[in-house]
Amino acid sequence: MSNAPVDHGRRRFLTIATSVVGGVGAVGAAVPFIASWNPSEKAKQAGAPVTANIGKLEPGQLIRVEWRGKPVWVVNRTPDMLKSLAAVESQLRDPNSEEEQQPAYAKNQHRSKKPEVFVAVGICTHLGCSPTYKMSDFDAHVEGIASGFFCPCHGSTYDMAGRVFSGVPAPKNLMIPPYMFTDDTTLVIGVDEGTA
Amino acid sequence: MLKKLFSVLALVTSASVLAAGGHAVHLDKAPINLHDKESLQRGAKMFQNYCLGCHQMEYQRYSRTFRDLGIPDEVGMKELAFTANKVGDFIKNSAPKADLAKWFGAPPPDLTNVARVRGPDWIYTYLRSFYVDPTRPFGVNNEVFPLVGMPHVLQELQGIPYKKHETQMVDGESKEVYVGIVADGSGELSPEEYDRAVADLVNYLEYTGEPSKLESHSLGIKVMIFLFIFFILAFLLKKEYWKDVH
Amino acid sequence: MFKNFMNWIEYRMPFMEKMNLHVMQYPAPKNFNFWYFFGSLAMLVLVNQIVTGIWLTMNFEPSAERAFASVEYIMRDVDYGWLLRYMHSTGASAFFVVVYLHMFRGMMYGSYQKPRELLWIFGMLIFLVLMAEAFMGYLLPWGQMSFWGAQVIISIFGVIPGIGDDLTLWIRGDYVISGATLNRFFALHVIALPLVLVILVFLHIIALHEVGSNNPDGIDVKVPNEGQKFENNVSEKFTFHEYFTKGGKKIIVDAIPFHPYYTVKDIVGVVGFLIIFCAVIFFAPEGGGFFLEPPNFEPANPMKTPDHIAPVWYFTPFYAILRAVPDQLWGAVAMFAAIILLALLPWLDRCKVRSVRYRSTLHKLNLVNFVISFVVLGVLGVLPATPTYTLIAQIASVFYFGYFIALWFYSKNEKTKPLPVRLS
Repeated sequence: MSNAPVDHGRRRFLTIATSVVGGVGAVGAAVPFIASWNPSEKAKQAGAPVTANIGKLEPGQLIRVEWRGKPVWVVNRTPDMLKSLAAVESQLRDPNSEEEQQPAYAKNQHRSKKPEVFVAVGICTHLGCSPTYKMSDFDAHVEGIASGFFCPCHGSTYDMAGRVFSGVPAPKNLMIPPYMFTDDTTLVIGVDEGTA
Repeated sequence: MLKKLFSVLALVTSASVLAAGGHAVHLDKAPINLHDKESLQRGAKMFQNYCLGCHQMEYQRYSRTFRDLGIPDEVGMKELAFTANKVGDFIKNSAPKADLAKWFGAPPPDLTNVARVRGPDWIYTYLRSFYVDPTRPFGVNNEVFPLVGMPHVLQELQGIPYKKHETQMVDGESKEVYVGIVADGSGELSPEEYDRAVADLVNYLEYTGEPSKLESHSLGIKVMIFLFIFFILAFLLKKEYWKDVH
Repeated sequence: MFKNFMNWIEYRMPFMEKMNLHVMQYPAPKNFNFWYFFGSLAMLVLVNQIVTGIWLTMNFEPSAERAFASVEYIMRDVDYGWLLRYMHSTGASAFFVVVYLHMFRGMMYGSYQKPRELLWIFGMLIFLVLMAEAFMGYLLPWGQMSFWGAQVIISIFGVIPGIGDDLTLWIRGDYVISGATLNRFFALHVIALPLVLVILVFLHIIALHEVGSNNPDGIDVKVPNEGQKFENNVSEKFTFHEYFTKGGKKIIVDAIPFHPYYTVKDIVGVVGFLIIFCAVIFFAPEGGGFFLEPPNFEPANPMKTPDHIAPVWYFTPFYAILRAVPDQLWGAVAMFAAIILLALLPWLDRCKVRSVRYRSTLHKLNLVNFVISFVVLGVLGVLPATPTYTLIAQIASVFYFGYFIALWFYSKNEKTKPLPVRLS
């Protein structure tokens, strides 16, 4: 065994250097394990944008499209429905859509790109039930308003732009998904024009 | 180097297996180059046009092929994906499986991993080893896969292939010796072009068998460099501490 | 503050004292060589198999209908799934490379001799459980080789007279290898056997630490204190746990604390191993067709038997012995005997000298014979059983068993070299 004095400085340096490099290696080795938890290709493809043809949508009609496992409503709003949007504003919790529940192009009164076409995720912001579309008998829930959405689970109500009424359990307006029109009758849900 | 070591071992054992098994067909070397995206794209097109009628790749998604081969999704869906609804769909056909099994004697196997099962050299030689045989249901037999149930789907490209015999002197006697398969020239492609087309297809099959291979090699280089650096440091650390002992 | 916390824990669970006993003040012979890396490497590979195994079970579907497809899903759709899979498959083969070398070290240096017989037995149990674990794991991908390999090996149990057929039916859970077999093998492979393995490894290390490690010279590093003076005894520089010095009754000679000297040396071993391990994983994961076999890239088909069924390479020496014997039952007996004889080495080897360094030329040649026979049998196990190959396998089997028989005879009065007093 060597009787030369121990070079503590060199020992400390080498120990620290090896530990740091080893630490880098450990982090590198962890990457595949953590990354494997990301959505797989199967999940990403299942979550891919969905195309809907709205050419045959009658005024006042609602169709349901599945996107990422959720129901997305597409409604052909009538002029009367659009007029009612101004009338209810005093009764709404967030009439100007201050809460981030929609893309920038839906931060307006009708909460959509085109006023006649309403696209929203049909899940109540209270506890996740899917509200019922009341095309003409909504005044049973809100006096004087003909159309809206009523959630049967706990009684929350939304107007024809998916804005939540005050005094109901639900805290926020319905979520608007990203979407775009590839032409007048083709709607792609799940992707914005910017990212397409 | 490591692959060579394994390959030598595999070669020795497989050569023994073949020798023991008897009739060993020489396999031509398939010119594989997974970096050649054009070749892979041509191969993908070959597969869609000639193979997808009966075979499937039920584990390979169109989206994966498009991404790895550098094909934009819209282009791919239009030019390549005849059978798909969505870009994420698997490469499948709607052929009636039970009927196919009846017509061909065996169900056409899935081809996603065929290059890992048979090896690219086998497939490359197989697709260039069909020859006319009137005794077979589809009029062709195959040197590499005798009595195969598959018809020669690439015949329009190769032309009609015949087994060629030549009169040669063997041990002082005049004999008819089999010298290989030659096409009759009625095909769309010359022999070199046909070999190239088959090579593209086999290249594509090699890719679909292991789409992660190139990513693995690229990551592997970085890992090996890191490990060499780490080894040197660890070794120096060991030597330093062991001065106490020696 | 931190010290108070440590004392609080220590009073209730002597964590630091145990760390000293087993790591910082544990006397390890100073002359460990290359052959002594494989124990810690085996632990590393065990951890690798467990961690990558857990991650694979997050996406693997253990049903006959979905198993193969779920492996393809892992390889293609899961981020880095291909890497996790290759780490696990390469790790399985690496485990046996490491374990075989680890066992051979024991054979060379007489590490199975008294007082380490129980240590050796635990090791043999680990080997047996490891083989079962690997066998069950190989069925899970549900490829052609998975199915047919399992079919062949399980039918070996059918040769047991009387109960054979009922036994194989019971093991399979069905009349042929099926989803029932896959499901139970999955449960055993993922939970039961890993638990058993971890417990056995723990016992293996406890048994080792009780008697202390052997070394390449085979002489003791803890000697009774008779007041002797030892020159240049590196152990004097260190403090060892009193469990080993027995309150002064024993002197430690030529041994060093495990930490930092062998922790720092084992890191070098680990990195060296990882270089080879990663080279395979990233550049040749199929291992030339030996680690991932070509027929296994096809889903299991009970109607179509592959041309050539062989077990994975690490079973082939024993498989070759099984096939070499013309009779089914006696072939199976021979195969098991080949493993049992290994377990009996502490009693077959009657020589008082442990290490091959100080044993006869005959023993050295016999060890070489063992290695050659084992490797030849391994190669033959991969090849088809032609008459020529079978004859060679029979000869190699005779030489393999010959190792144990010859050892029994010559070890009693073996001509050994004088043992050194100190470690070299």
